[in-house]
Amino acid sequence: MERAIILAASAVGAGLAMIAGLGPGIGEGFTAGKACEAIGRQPEAQSVVTRTMIVGCAIAESTGIYSLVIALILIFMNPLLGML
Amino acid sequence: MEGPKIIFTIPLFGGIAVTETVTNSWLLILVIFILCKFLTNNLQKIPKGKQVLAEKFVTMINGLVKETMGEKKLHYAPYIGTLMIFSALGSLMSLTGLRPVTGDLNTTVAWAVVTFVLIQMTKIKANGFLGYLKSFADPFPVMLPINIVSELATPVSLSFRHFGNIAAGSVITSLLYTALAALTNIIFRGFIPVPIFQLGIPAVLSIYFDLFTGFMQAFIFSMLTMAFISNAAE
Repeated sequence: MERAIILAASAVGAGLAMIAGLGPGIGEGFTAGKACEAIGRQPEAQSVVTRTMIVGCAIAESTGIYSLVIALILIFMNPLLGML
Repeated sequence: MEGPKIIFTIPLFGGIAVTETVTNSWLLILVIFILCKFLTNNLQKIPKGKQVLAEKFVTMINGLVKETMGEKKLHYAPYIGTLMIFSALGSLMSLTGLRPVTGDLNTTVAWAVVTFVLIQMTKIKANGFLGYLKSFADPFPVMLPINIVSELATPVSLSFRHFGNIAAGSVITSLLYTALAALTNIIFRGFIPVPIFQLGIPAVLSIYFDLFTGFMQAFIFSMLTMAFISNAAE
């Protein structure tokens, strides 16, 4: 019974953790939009702008990746089950 | 989706497990070594054939390092090139059906720790040891814990980013395989014992999850390494 409760709660928790995917989505969309504006204004700087944008996107993505790692831990190697 | 299999155990310190990741990276090291030997043997003054490929790669890495870190830091180019080629091939390994080396946190943490040590070394070299210690109490001594945490967050975020992207690809691909097997079962109701939907359809996703993510993460990891190191020198 306790096991079932913990498993259910972990599944819900993993789902909730992935809500953090919202943030990087919005942030990266914003970055890409601004990069498009910059390229439109200065087409000759395209390669530099694209490269900077990709690195910026990668940094914005980290929060999403953290939540993904937490969700993966909750699903595949649940540490809470060992506390029973 | 399971963790890497344990191939054998070294009977030292109570048993060190050698996993699939380690043996796969040995294989990868061998492949890269043979590739380098093959591309660079019989070098000519006027490049042709495979030599053009090797020169193209070296020129690209040198150009990237020169642009991001400046002319003076060109001696970092071999490290960056190594990171890039190992990371790209390590992720592309999943195309051959082997377990990707970078889909294991141990691999990416190892690289991130090397980068972290490089960053700290560069800081010490630029400011002197006392100046380095003083930089943690900057701008006020109250900020000390925050500065230490932000310093330690660099390797964590570097390694988790790379691992998370590749591992997410593996998880989604394995979910897709399960779903396609179930779909075949529902539609054909056991007439066809082979899950035929698994043929071809995963290849479309594989373009994004294996090819695009693999190259992109290799690029991002080395780009961020360069950015952190050149920031540390200031």
